[in-house]
Amino acid sequence: MLLVAAYPIAYALWLSLFRYDLRFPDERAYVGFGNYLSVLTSEVWWGSLANTLAITVGSVSIELVLGMLLALLMHRALFLRRTLRAAILVPYAIITVVAALAWKFAFDPVTGFVNPLFAVDQAWLAERWSAFLVIILIEVWKTTPFMALLLLAGLTLVPQELLWAAKVDGASAWQRFFRITLPLMRPAILVALLFRTLDAFRIFDAVFVLTRGAQGTETVSIVGYHALITRLNLGLGSAVSVLIFLCVISIAVLFIRAFGLSIWRAGGGR
Amino acid sequence: MNRGHQVETLAWRVGSLVVIAYALLPVAWITSLSLKPSHELNDGRFLPQSPSLEHYSAVFADAQFPAALWNSVGIAALATLLSVLLAMFASYAIVRLRFRGRALVLAAALSIAMFPPIAIVGPLFNMWRLTGLYDTWPGLILPYMTFTLPLAIWILTALFRDIPWDLDRAARVDGATPFQAFWYVIVPLAAPGVFTAAILVFIFAWNDFLFAAALTSTNSARTVPVAIAFFTGSSRFDLPTGSIAAASVLVTIPVVSAILVFQRRIVAGLTAGAVKG
Repeated sequence: MLLVAAYPIAYALWLSLFRYDLRFPDERAYVGFGNYLSVLTSEVWWGSLANTLAITVGSVSIELVLGMLLALLMHRALFLRRTLRAAILVPYAIITVVAALAWKFAFDPVTGFVNPLFAVDQAWLAERWSAFLVIILIEVWKTTPFMALLLLAGLTLVPQELLWAAKVDGASAWQRFFRITLPLMRPAILVALLFRTLDAFRIFDAVFVLTRGAQGTETVSIVGYHALITRLNLGLGSAVSVLIFLCVISIAVLFIRAFGLSIWRAGGGR
Repeated sequence: MNRGHQVETLAWRVGSLVVIAYALLPVAWITSLSLKPSHELNDGRFLPQSPSLEHYSAVFADAQFPAALWNSVGIAALATLLSVLLAMFASYAIVRLRFRGRALVLAAALSIAMFPPIAIVGPLFNMWRLTGLYDTWPGLILPYMTFTLPLAIWILTALFRDIPWDLDRAARVDGATPFQAFWYVIVPLAAPGVFTAAILVFIFAWNDFLFAAALTSTNSARTVPVAIAFFTGSSRFDLPTGSIAAASVLVTIPVVSAILVFQRRIVAGLTAGAVKG
């Protein structure tokens, strides 16, 4: 298992040190950190990194709020409980490409129902900010259920007696939520945030289907894909891959350091 | 029941309905789109005026979609089978045996599952190109297993922990061989967990777009998500909206029905090991 993942990474590291373009295979040469230099000095990389971070932060924070509401709802709801749980799994299981296309057609000025519904005339995917909105909307739609389920699992661990005791002592619903429920859910919230942040950072499918990275919506995964597959520049593309890998590791380390989150403990080691 | 309580109950009910509608909206939309005859596609209405199945017959008349469907089903099923089978043994070992590096194996599994796929697409592309695995079934099954094997190990380890393992000791006392104890006692106990892992692994492989887009090029291994994303119309100015919608509905129906049936298992698998600190 380690071999299957570690070998390609090592190979990517190796390739990233060469000038290696499949359209000009004869010009293969060792260039040291030259590829990294060209990536790190290019506006495309930093722009896409900013885009990716914006999408990640935007969607994960909306998901956290919506997911929490949804978790509370599922925790309390007796009405249509089964239907509710089944319904929220639908976004999770639908192929991302299909979900992205469905929303794309919905927002499309020609085929869509969104413009007539709000009586506006907006080419959503032709402008940067509205395209970002649609991307974040899809991401939120698709992954809030996962967030909600993780939070719900944490919510069920909050002892009910504690909440009753607080209620008897005269704490309002808000006070009970913010003073008791939230602090006790801290580990669950952190795990959910970490999972979703890492997941959102590698966003590819939705952006690819919606804009193919046009209108300044390129994410780091899209940049990597274009360098590797569209332009067949293995050296440069591998450098991008390695940098994305390093970004993901730093995010994980940041989470673990900043919040004192122990993956092992959080991850179910009893 | 007092008035305040009634209002609260009503609020929860409305909330549930809103959530259900929100979750199902895009599915309803793409279904309605797929049923609109061509001349209605651009009318901007949510529902079709005169539903027709013309796009469905168009999708099956084209060679692309049936081939992609077959590839998707075959590749996802094989990847699921192989990774769940291997993960079963690995997780059993992790849960039952005290060996050094248990924690390490699990930590590695989690980090690989969280790992950005784009980082290995480039090297794989080059390796597959050189070894002839490019655009073949194994060429996709292998990278899927990189991700589904850790995922399966992770889920199974979490679920296997809840099993009363002493039962197999009892079987051993009664004279069963280790293999018999495993096969006749443990496997039936573990089957629900294995099934859960299989569903989630299948959904991962079924969903993947990046690997399939990068590592295939023709109908011989191209999977459904890629086929749908790269569907082309008769001319390049004619985006085949209707066919895309019909194909989308066809690949969504099995997944949605599986969810309705296995809802409880999927929830258990998704949250497996996430909170039981």
